[in-house]
Amino acid sequence: MTSSGSEALDAFYEALLDDDARQLYDRAPCGYLSTAPAGTIIKVNQTFLTLTGYDREQLIGQLRFAQLLSAGGRIYYETHYAPMLSMHGEAHEIALDIICADGSRLPVLVNSVLERDVDGAPMVVRTAVFDARMRREYERELLRAKQRAEESEARATALARTLQQTLIPPTPPAIPNLDVAAAYRPAGDGSEVGGDFYDVFQIGAGDWVVAIGDVCGKGVHAAVVTALVRHTLRAATVQHAEPSKALWTLNEVLRQHDTGRLCSVALLRLRQADGEWTGVVSCAGHPLPLLRQPSGTVRTVGKPGALLGVIDAPHLHDAQISLPPGDTLLLYTDGITEGRSGKDFYGEARLVAAAACSFDSAEALTSAILSEVLEFQAGTPRDDIAVVAIRVPV
Amino acid sequence: MLFAHGFGCDQNMWRYIAPRFEDEFRVVLFDHVGAGNSDPSAYEPQRYSSLSGYAGDVVAICTELELRDVVFVGHSVSAMIGVLAAAAAPELFTKLVLVGPSPRYINDADYVGGFSADDINDLLESLESNYLGWSSAMAPVIMGRADRPELGEELTESFCRTDPSIARQFAQVTFLSDNREDLTAVATPTLILQCANDAIAPVSVGEFVRDRMPNASMVLLNATGHCPNLSAPEETAAAIEQFVRKLAPALR
Repeated sequence: MTSSGSEALDAFYEALLDDDARQLYDRAPCGYLSTAPAGTIIKVNQTFLTLTGYDREQLIGQLRFAQLLSAGGRIYYETHYAPMLSMHGEAHEIALDIICADGSRLPVLVNSVLERDVDGAPMVVRTAVFDARMRREYERELLRAKQRAEESEARATALARTLQQTLIPPTPPAIPNLDVAAAYRPAGDGSEVGGDFYDVFQIGAGDWVVAIGDVCGKGVHAAVVTALVRHTLRAATVQHAEPSKALWTLNEVLRQHDTGRLCSVALLRLRQADGEWTGVVSCAGHPLPLLRQPSGTVRTVGKPGALLGVIDAPHLHDAQISLPPGDTLLLYTDGITEGRSGKDFYGEARLVAAAACSFDSAEALTSAILSEVLEFQAGTPRDDIAVVAIRVPV
Repeated sequence: MLFAHGFGCDQNMWRYIAPRFEDEFRVVLFDHVGAGNSDPSAYEPQRYSSLSGYAGDVVAICTELELRDVVFVGHSVSAMIGVLAAAAAPELFTKLVLVGPSPRYINDADYVGGFSADDINDLLESLESNYLGWSSAMAPVIMGRADRPELGEELTESFCRTDPSIARQFAQVTFLSDNREDLTAVATPTLILQCANDAIAPVSVGEFVRDRMPNASMVLLNATGHCPNLSAPEETAAAIEQFVRKLAPALR
């Protein structure tokens, strides 16, 4: 043995002279008690008595350990602790409250082991009791913080949902003598506000506007711009008959607003004269609408134009569309075509194929497209999805 | 014989009792939804917002397994679940064994259930602080053993571990229910096993159940605590045998 090792051993023996087994037990830095298998306390150390304020005579042979616990702790003891002890022979880190001699509650952490005799019959339960006042207070703070976090998360989600409601019409769109339907799904689990929007509103008799768009970004700031875009379009379409001019106005507003947000829009003006529907469409950085004819042929309509909010003088065009009975116009956002499954995009080809199928109503078409795109992305869209279908009845 | 475990644990509660009846009975054990190795995704808060949801499961088990002449053995809250099941489908059950039953845990005027409403809040807090160590990452490991239903040591790892949110609702449903009115309607021959020192279901509550049920008798066990099925399996099994055995002991 090295000299330092032997010095340590000497020091240990010297210390032990004043620290016999009795003291090791009674003055252990934790409460220590032994109970008969039925629970009656049969032995207890001084630390436990000091912690709880009981006299030894009040406990030994008089009380069961469970009787020292708060009512809730007693139920926990009987329904969890005792069964666990008898099944596993031990139980660890159980949080309980001991009711002290003066009636106060002492939060403790408890470890127990069950000793069995040679035949496996329970003999004695040894229990160590640790004062857990500080820890429990800290845990309560953690629990409170967790509850607060959960509450604010719930509030933020509710706020996002409410805000989202303002970006689309409150009721399903309807235009007399046309079959109109829309589908909308924000990205992810719906806890965040998306940037997609659509709108359908009337200017005059047989004169309607359909708008669909996508403000870059997400969250509250994008939602503010989306609201601005929707209201600007409502005002601008009253002032300008040509969709491209209304979009030009929107571009000016976005540039002046200095939000730095970009926006794509497809704006459609629908007019009915002598029973015939015609449309004028202008696209600003937005996917061109699809036109499905009764034969099942699907083609794009309109000409691509510049994204709004980028430059002061965007190139924008108007395109005339005639809409004979049976034709269906489909306006959508890129959340559909850019829906991803691994490296694969849903893409325009799949959308065209879906639109080419025969369907009974505009609603049947939008729901079919929505469910197909959601399925393609395993139910959780990465981007917002908006689609509006307008069908001229036969 | 269909054995149902109580609040806090799972079917392992019966591991010292159930095997003794396999010679004469078909023995069926199960975990309530949310406990043991049940599939936690089957838990619907609405369905399990009262004990009748659990009683519906007991009847469904009997129907699915085509059990007839069922001896139902229910511990703790499952005693009342059995009473509700027998009230709903009396034709299924020939006998009920209720271990530590209580139709109402909270004191009410002259009725002494043993607890006040505050005590139950205290229990919910106790549950909460004991679940601090529960990590959601551990949950699937502990719960997801449905593919290995054999009674192995590893299975007891899930013993007394329940998903915290489910445990909370089960505790509320268990301790806030009042089934005193349901007792009188069940005429199935019933044995009540009552422990001497049961902090959860005192002797007076056992007597209340006996007196309210038309066809019930009570055996007072020497066992203490609330779980004689674990702490005194010999005595518990003997009392059940006395009540359910048809075969004379010599023939077994």
